[in-house]
Amino acid sequence: MTGDWGLHGTVRVGGATLLDGIDLRLGPGWNCLLGPSGAGKSTILRLIAGLPCGARCSGRISRPERIGWMAQGDLLQPRLSVLQNVMLLDNLAGRRPDPARAEALLADVGLAGVGARRPDTLSGGQRQRVALARTLMQDAPLVLLDEPFSALDPATRATMQDLAFAQLRDRAVLMVTHDPAEALRLGARVLLLHARRLTAVLPPDLPVPRDLAHPAMAQATGALLTRLRAA
Amino acid sequence: MHRLLAALGGVALWQGVVQMQLLPPFVLPSPWAVLRALGHNGALLADHGAVTLAEVLAGLVLGVILGLISASAMALSPALRAVGGPVLAASQALPVFVLAPVLTIWFGYGPAPKVAMTVLLVFFPVASGVLDGLMATPQGALDLARIADAGRGRSFIWLRWPHALPHLGAALRISVTYAPTGAVIGEWVGASKGLGYLMLMANARSKIDLMFAALVLIVALTLALRMITDRILRRFAI
Repeated sequence: MTGDWGLHGTVRVGGATLLDGIDLRLGPGWNCLLGPSGAGKSTILRLIAGLPCGARCSGRISRPERIGWMAQGDLLQPRLSVLQNVMLLDNLAGRRPDPARAEALLADVGLAGVGARRPDTLSGGQRQRVALARTLMQDAPLVLLDEPFSALDPATRATMQDLAFAQLRDRAVLMVTHDPAEALRLGARVLLLHARRLTAVLPPDLPVPRDLAHPAMAQATGALLTRLRAA
Repeated sequence: MHRLLAALGGVALWQGVVQMQLLPPFVLPSPWAVLRALGHNGALLADHGAVTLAEVLAGLVLGVILGLISASAMALSPALRAVGGPVLAASQALPVFVLAPVLTIWFGYGPAPKVAMTVLLVFFPVASGVLDGLMATPQGALDLARIADAGRGRSFIWLRWPHALPHLGAALRISVTYAPTGAVIGEWVGASKGLGYLMLMANARSKIDLMFAALVLIVALTLALRMITDRILRRFAI
C-alpha cells in the first residue's frame, strides 16, 4: 500500500529558499516532523496535502489519491450534527456516506451515541475525537496531522495520542509538532527541521507509544529540546 | 420590560411637550388625539395599511430571492464576482430613494413602483451581505473541501452556505426595517392607496391627528415585521 510518498526538492516562498533540497520519504508508521516556529513544518505538510500555502516546490511531491487531514483546530462544522461531521468529507467528495460505519468509528474513538448532538455540546477533547473519527472515515493510506493535539490539556493530549496512534497504526502518518516529547513518544522516525534541512533523530529503542517515564525517554527529550533551542 | 418602559417614557415626554403647549396642536397632536384618530379611522387605516403591507411583503420576498440568487451566482463564478462585486460595494453608497420618481415614470402609479423601490432597498443589503458571508468561509473548512477534492458546488452546499447563514440573518434583520420605508416613499411620489398616500392626504386636509395615526401604524408595522423575522431566524438558530 505505502508507496514512495513524500516531498523531494527545494521549496521557495517568494524569492527566498525555505527548504534546500530536502528528501522526505514517508514510510509506514508515524513520521514526526519537529522544528522551531517558522521553519516550514506546516508548509511541508500543506505542500504534500496539496493545500494552498504560498510556497512552491521545485521537485517532486507524491501522495496517494486519498489523504487524511487533521489540523490543530478540529474544523467541526457547527451546523452539522456530530455524525454528519464524521461523514462530511464523503459528502464533499460526492460519495454516499455510510452512517453505520460513521457510528462505529465514533464508538472506536470512545464517543458512542453522541452522533445526533451538535459539536458545541462537546468538550475540546471530545471535539478532537470527532475530528479523528472524521479522519478515519476517509480510510486514507496517508494521514497528515498538523499539531492536532497542541491545544489540549496534557492529560487529554496523552489520551488522544494513544487513541490516534492505535487507530492509525497501519497507515503512513506525517505529524507536524513543536513538542519534542510528543515526537519521541509516537515517531517511528523523528525528523528535525532546521537551517532549511531535515535531520533524522534516533528515538530510544522502546515500544511505541514510548513511555515518557522511562529514563531513556527523559534523556532523549532533554537532548532534543537542547537541539531545538540551538536551532 | 426595558422596552416597555422606554416606550412609556417616550409617550410621557410626547404628552409633556403637548401639555406645556411648546408646540401648537397642528404641529404635534397629543397622544390621546392620535389614539382617537386611530380608533375613528380604523377601517380607513386598515384598508390603506393592507395595501402598504402587500407592497412591503412582495418587495421583501422578491428582493430576498433576487439577492440570494445574485450572491450565490457571484460566489460560484469568479467572473461574475469580478464584475458584480464592485457594483454591490458601490451600491452601499447609492441613495436608492432618489430613484423613486424614476420608478414611478417607468412603472406607473400602481403598486409596481412601490414594490420596485422596496426590492431595491432589500436587494442590495441581502446580496452584498450574503456574498460577504459566502466568501468569508474559514480557511480550515476550505482545506477540508480541498482534501476531499470537492468541486465548487459541493463546497458551496456543505461549507460556504452554512457559514454565510449569520450574514444572511443580519441582512434580513436590516432589510425588514428598510422595506416599509421603501413602500412609503414610493407612495409619497405618486399613489392613490397606501399609508404613505394617506399621510400626504391627511396633511393636505390639515388632519394632523390622522397623519400621525398613519405614522404610528407604519412604525408598528415595521416593528412587527422585525419581531417576526427575529423569531423565525432564531428558530433556525441564525
